[in-house]
Amino acid sequence: MNASSRAIVLTPLVFLGCLYALNLVHSPAVTGQAGLGFWCFIAFLWLASIVALSGLSHLSPKSATLRRLVGLSVPVLFGAFLFFLWEVIVVGAGVPSVLMPAPSAIGSRFAASLPVLRDDFVQTFVKSVLSGYVIGCLSGFVVAIIADRVPFLRRGLLPLGNFVAALPVIGIAPIMVMWFGFDWPSKAAVVVVMTFFPMLVNTVTGLSAAGRLERDLMHSYAAGYWTTLVKLRLPAALPFIFNALKINSTLALIGAIVAEFFGTPIVGMGFRISIEVARMSLDMVWAEIALAAIAGSIFYGFVALVERGATFWHPSYRT
Amino acid sequence: MTTEALSLPARPSPRKAARRKEGNAGPVFVVVLAIVALWYTGTILMNWQGTADAFARAGEARSTSEILLATMEQERPMLPAPHQVFAELKKTTIDTPVTSRRSLLYHAWVTLSSTLLGFGLGVLLGSVLAVSIVHVKTLERSLMPWIISSQTIPILAIAPIIIVVLGSIGITGLFPKAIISAYLCFFPITISMVKGLTSPDPMQRDLMRTYSASLAQTFWKLRLPASLPYLFTGLKIAVAISLVGAIVGELPTGAQAGLGARLLAGSYYGQTIQIWAALFGAALLASLLVALVGLAERFLSRSMGARPA
Amino acid sequence: MKPKGETVLKRVTEDFMGDSGAQPGLSAEPGLASRAPVVDIQGLSLTYEAADGPVYALSNVDLQIEEGEFVSFIGPSGCGKTTLLRVIADLEQPNGGHIHVNGVSPSEARVRRDYGFIFQAPALYPWRTIQKNVELPLEIFGIPKAERNERSRRQLELVNLKGFEKKFPWQLSGGMQQRASIARALSFDPKLLLMDEPFGALDEIVRDHLNEQLLKLWDKTRKTVLFVTHSIPEAVFLSSKIVVMSPRPGRIIDVIDASHLGRERKLEIRETPEFLKIAHRVREGLRAGHSYDD
Repeated sequence: MNASSRAIVLTPLVFLGCLYALNLVHSPAVTGQAGLGFWCFIAFLWLASIVALSGLSHLSPKSATLRRLVGLSVPVLFGAFLFFLWEVIVVGAGVPSVLMPAPSAIGSRFAASLPVLRDDFVQTFVKSVLSGYVIGCLSGFVVAIIADRVPFLRRGLLPLGNFVAALPVIGIAPIMVMWFGFDWPSKAAVVVVMTFFPMLVNTVTGLSAAGRLERDLMHSYAAGYWTTLVKLRLPAALPFIFNALKINSTLALIGAIVAEFFGTPIVGMGFRISIEVARMSLDMVWAEIALAAIAGSIFYGFVALVERGATFWHPSYRT
Repeated sequence: MTTEALSLPARPSPRKAARRKEGNAGPVFVVVLAIVALWYTGTILMNWQGTADAFARAGEARSTSEILLATMEQERPMLPAPHQVFAELKKTTIDTPVTSRRSLLYHAWVTLSSTLLGFGLGVLLGSVLAVSIVHVKTLERSLMPWIISSQTIPILAIAPIIIVVLGSIGITGLFPKAIISAYLCFFPITISMVKGLTSPDPMQRDLMRTYSASLAQTFWKLRLPASLPYLFTGLKIAVAISLVGAIVGELPTGAQAGLGARLLAGSYYGQTIQIWAALFGAALLASLLVALVGLAERFLSRSMGARPA
Repeated sequence: MKPKGETVLKRVTEDFMGDSGAQPGLSAEPGLASRAPVVDIQGLSLTYEAADGPVYALSNVDLQIEEGEFVSFIGPSGCGKTTLLRVIADLEQPNGGHIHVNGVSPSEARVRRDYGFIFQAPALYPWRTIQKNVELPLEIFGIPKAERNERSRRQLELVNLKGFEKKFPWQLSGGMQQRASIARALSFDPKLLLMDEPFGALDEIVRDHLNEQLLKLWDKTRKTVLFVTHSIPEAVFLSSKIVVMSPRPGRIIDVIDASHLGRERKLEIRETPEFLKIAHRVREGLRAGHSYDD
């Protein structure tokens, strides 16, 4: 009880303190030359935030919605505080922006270069990632079905697929650039190769996930291969397939960005990162990374949402 | 699960084990053979135009079969034939002294050393983080969601920044690449280890409580051994992406040495055979590292009495 | 660490030497009837806060258990029999009433390592051999290696698992695993054994067999056993006292004395009229406690 009431009192106070510190650090007298008093204040805020957060995380209110709210607020507040520290330290100590730009600088850079970011996003995400992702996942799925139909092929492909999944597939990027040119098709090709194998392996594994009893039941109905596949084995494989879709959503973005390091036309997220890093304008690089992070988590979140809808029956969603 | 009768089940029947062993070797061999055949076909088809054009430019009229053979002997083919790649591999490993900059082994060593350093750092960082997350509730509630959600973002994109920023304050060479590797591989280690350390079921934890075992005793005698299978799954992923991190880390500096540098240089100068050789080198290295981790896992799980799978 | 280990060791070795075969010295024990009961519970209650209101897991429970008794707790699921056992073991905290185990609070008793707990499942650690599993509590108590080996050997012999020391749990059948977990609980020779449906997951043939063995063990070691079960024949066959419980709220509705069946019982006893009479009374009690729902 004591800790929780402390947390409830302390959290708004820390929040106000952080706002005050942010205000202070951006005043000309403090920027880049913050004194000892200022840093003591920050250290004090840090300690207070630790107490507040630990109080919050031990809180378990009776109502379920409130509990969810607290469960969500702890990581959100923690993340916000990390950003606050980043901002305050970089601005207060006057860290040169070629080393580490402040979040505010990144944010304003992000807002100022929206057209560039949009073009890069379209080039890298919409063209390379999405097309490669769709082709790679679909072909992985189709090959998995074929492999499932031909046991000999399955026994040959599965170990190989597992083997390839551990390889640095990203290394094929220069070859793809050579084959498909500098524009997005070569990036899409890298994405296809990177996403193909996880999909293949997971689908093949998933297709054997249906239990003995369920399959015997289908057998007792004299159901054929395709009926069993559609009615039983594919639904049972869905959690595995979605697992591959989620892994691939991250892999695809990584593949497309890194492939652009090997040569692109003058647009694209990977291109922008490598060119701006060379120019030492790190705020733009960070803006690009922020874009990649947002795109990546929305993509992942979308797949996860679809998964929730499609595999609602799976034990992991039962509450 | 526990309803079997009192009779002692013998070790899994040798018949079953034998069937497993003979299992996939045949099909894998056939599939690999098919891939090689496809590869040669690809070599012929993809290089045909270039080869024929080259002959035409030189004003030489060649028969189809001569062009066919020549597609597999190009210096800068669209797709080198397998034997060309292996000849290049042999040339740059066995025939070249290890100290030479033309030796693939030299470049592999450069990449491997930063991979291993990064992997070591990542394991250290990842397991310390996992242990504290398991024991400090505040960390679990605040940090864990961030570690999980950071899996969904392409963190590899940060690699160039780390190289350049560390380079600008005078840190170059092995260390920045190792940082990238460490940074990439601590996520899977932390996540798998947290999962493993929290895997003992309530009954096993209650048992420790009835013995009024200390926190340290519960950790060493229950949590840690229970976490090992999970940890090894994480380690295998980690060592593989640690290598990816090291390779990608070699790209932004224009890269003087390492497998990534070989890839980049090959791509600049159109040296396809060199690219393929570097690619195979990287693949061999990756499978070697994963196999080593797998071997350690086998050794450990056998001494811990795991049911032979 | 060290001194505590030694005191435990001393007590254990003395007791242990005395336990094999009913030595006359031990028969003096019941004479100390004036001693405080092993478990003394008064007005105990335990309430959970669930999403749809409070759950009364235990309500106003009174119970005294004397040394050397074999007490079974029987009742439908949700009657609080497991919860009661876990309160005694300090694995759950009650919200009201008094409870003493060996004259002290459950948590003190736990820290003193007064009891051995046997769970529904064997809960053997899969990475330890059977012998190492039996030695686990001894390791935690800081008992030296030679002594650990000696004791695990003796306990495994006692539960008829000689020759399986170096096996891993998965190589044993369910019944053997549960016997190993009993050996583990006996290894530090606690006076009190708490058993939570230990044979619930086993088939009836194995269970009969283990019941007989357990009874012999109880007779030989003179321990106090608290035994949770949902099987009427098992409860009547094993117990010197049967506690019948009922759910919503979890409470005791009958305590039946079965000591007149004797300490040494054969499986055939289950066909005798005395046995059937007790079983009937248990069934009546269960039915009474159940009458107002389903």
